Amino acid sequence: MNRTDLQHHTLILLVENRAGVLARVTDLIARRGYNIISLAVAPTNDERFSRITIVVNVDLAPMEQIVKQLFKLINVIEIAEVPASDAVSRELMLAKVSFTADNLSDLESVMAGASVHVLELERSKDRLILSAGGSSANIDELEDQLGVFGIMDVQRTGQIALPQLGHSVPIMRAR
Amino acid sequence: MTAPERLNGAQALIKSLELEGVEVVFGYPGGAILPVYDPLIDAKLRHVLVRHEQGAGHMAEGYAHATGKPGVCMVTSGPAATNIVTPLADAMLDSVPMVCITGQVSLSAIGTDAFQECDTTGITRSITKHNYLVTRAEDIPGVIREAFHLATTGRPGPVLVDIPKNLVDANNPEAYFDFVWPEVPELPGYNPILTPGDEVIADAVTLMLQAERPVLYVGGGVLKARGAAVLLELAELLSMPVVTTLMARGAFPDSHELCLGMPGMHGQFTAINAIQESDLLIAMGSRFDDRVTGKVSTFAPHAKVIHVDIDPAEHGKVRVPQVAVAGDCRISMELMIKEIAKQGGPENQVDITPWRQQVSGWQEKYPLTYQQSKAGELLKPQHVIERLRDLSPEDTIVCSGVGQHQMFTSQYWKFDHPYTWINSGGLGTMGFSIPAAIGAKAGMPNRMVWAVDGDGCFQMTAQELITAAIEKIPIKVALMNNSNLGMVRQWQEMFYGERFSEIHLGRDLPNYVMWAESMGCAAFRVDDPSELDEVIEAANAINDRPVVVEFRCVEDENVFPMVSAGASNSDALVDPSQQAMLDAERAAKAESSRQTASASADSVLADSNEGVSS
Repeated sequence: MNRTDLQHHTLILLVENRAGVLARVTDLIARRGYNIISLAVAPTNDERFSRITIVVNVDLAPMEQIVKQLFKLINVIEIAEVPASDAVSRELMLAKVSFTADNLSDLESVMAGASVHVLELERSKDRLILSAGGSSANIDELEDQLGVFGIMDVQRTGQIALPQLGHSVPIMRAR
Repeated sequence: MTAPERLNGAQALIKSLELEGVEVVFGYPGGAILPVYDPLIDAKLRHVLVRHEQGAGHMAEGYAHATGKPGVCMVTSGPAATNIVTPLADAMLDSVPMVCITGQVSLSAIGTDAFQECDTTGITRSITKHNYLVTRAEDIPGVIREAFHLATTGRPGPVLVDIPKNLVDANNPEAYFDFVWPEVPELPGYNPILTPGDEVIADAVTLMLQAERPVLYVGGGVLKARGAAVLLELAELLSMPVVTTLMARGAFPDSHELCLGMPGMHGQFTAINAIQESDLLIAMGSRFDDRVTGKVSTFAPHAKVIHVDIDPAEHGKVRVPQVAVAGDCRISMELMIKEIAKQGGPENQVDITPWRQQVSGWQEKYPLTYQQSKAGELLKPQHVIERLRDLSPEDTIVCSGVGQHQMFTSQYWKFDHPYTWINSGGLGTMGFSIPAAIGAKAGMPNRMVWAVDGDGCFQMTAQELITAAIEKIPIKVALMNNSNLGMVRQWQEMFYGERFSEIHLGRDLPNYVMWAESMGCAAFRVDDPSELDEVIEAANAINDRPVVVEFRCVEDENVFPMVSAGASNSDALVDPSQQAMLDAERAAKAESSRQTASASADSVLADSNEGVSS
């Protein structure tokens, strides 16, 4: 199953950097019965604001309603809705992978094929921690390939996105 | 320049309320809010001590409905905050401007399950327009300024401000700061659009001038926008029939020839049917509530929709409009009137006389009606409302609870002035009327205020009559005692095969007259139609204390018309005395459309035969 369905919608919110804002955003989405596929939050270069990137799985009509309702939140300043086709998107994965002396070379070739960094390596215990960045689809694929060796632990950041250069996306702005 | 004033959080809160022009605060003291009640003694504002925090919230709502100014309530933390949750939800659903201040345990105790602690901002997040947990005393003036700005602008609504005790504690050195009043609230994410674009106004007016069967579907947004006068001008300019929803009764005069009354579940037949048959629905500050639309897929099936709303999230929420006008209703209607002149004025309008005649025909055939009490029978609630209406001043403010009595009042009171009708439309809060009436009377002391209440509702909030008596807020209560939960009874009769379950409240217990008298009210009981006028006149003559009149009503009266929940508006039931006539008309109409359909099918067949033969 592909976890990064192209029908998923990516919303990029600029919000006031205040306590409780994330709860307001996620509450609102939950109350309308929609699942958040991924969520990434970080401060912006302006300390007054934070950026929230949300991927939700919704049809177009309820999506419009969610965007409008989110925009009513007083602490939400701007919402961009970025279709997958117009977005440059990335996410980061950290994975603890086990291997054996026999399949290490196979693992190395899998890692070489993706943009992977080995962060820690314990040869004595046949395990390593790697990081990989890429589109969510690429990360899905890498995760599947690593599964052959044995994933002992994995964490993903959730997707962040920007509109492609030269593409304009619908943006709602408070001012 | 004068030196800044050094105040503690409690003094700053009171000063901020005074700077906002607050005249009345409805409240109840307690642990966490105690420090604020000390400077309150010297404040320039009136505090009304309620008997239950729910009362404070509904009083603030009633005050706001009647005056247009934000209602203010103040209670302590924990159970007081949870008690005021219902009024907050009520104000949210009916877009009532309200500021609610709650005490909170000290910052250091938050999250420790302290005495009377609850997560007030968490609990109220989805039932407020916005809420605040203040974390620094010096933020209080700015937060209060923002709270009032948010509550009263754009789509109005309740705003809650939760203030930890240590920030208002006069003994805490950190609660003191130099008071600064921000004239302009700083809200980068809030910028409601009041003036719609020229293009959508032009598109809307083009549709209006072309419509053969237009209906103005007016909601509470028109009242919130202070738009009643402009609405009258717009409706008269194009002679468009008007329906006013439960939240908009009084926004357009009921006695006006263009007024069709209320649409929806218990609306007037003509209002319901005009919407169903219309080719253009001009939704003005209304939100396609399920109690108006009935089954959405069959609601106004032939109509294009113009939807004017200050909240763009309402556009397309239920029904996708052809023209979405995002803006204040009053400003939008003013622009429409100018645009109508630009597009050639009423002379350029399609002739809607046939539509007006059709609508008048329904009004004549299917007026509101009921059967008067037979000899020896108790009162008919509709009759009580009619007599109250006729014997009270024209500008009387009427509040109601929730249930049959609410629908009868909305139907039978003639609302000819805006802001004379106050009820809980969205949330449907039983017990709303008495506290709301007290709030309305506190804001409008020179007006007569009647609370029409059911016996179920009365038992939920009657204790506030003590508040009314002690605070000298002489409201009048029409207690429609049918000894039943009337609306529940009606549904059990109609939809549960007359299996009546848990609806009997008892005719004589409590003794309402004794109860009312014990609370400092004048009290009357009427059970004979012949005594009605005399008692109402006596009640209306009392001005020095609240009055309760117990009207003993029949227990099995039903509200008609009625659109059953989930049913189509096209299947509305009317009064039993009119139903046979309506059924016959509907059957004839179905027959004629069947014949038309089969005739056109025949002609299709003929055409295709011709094709074969040639």
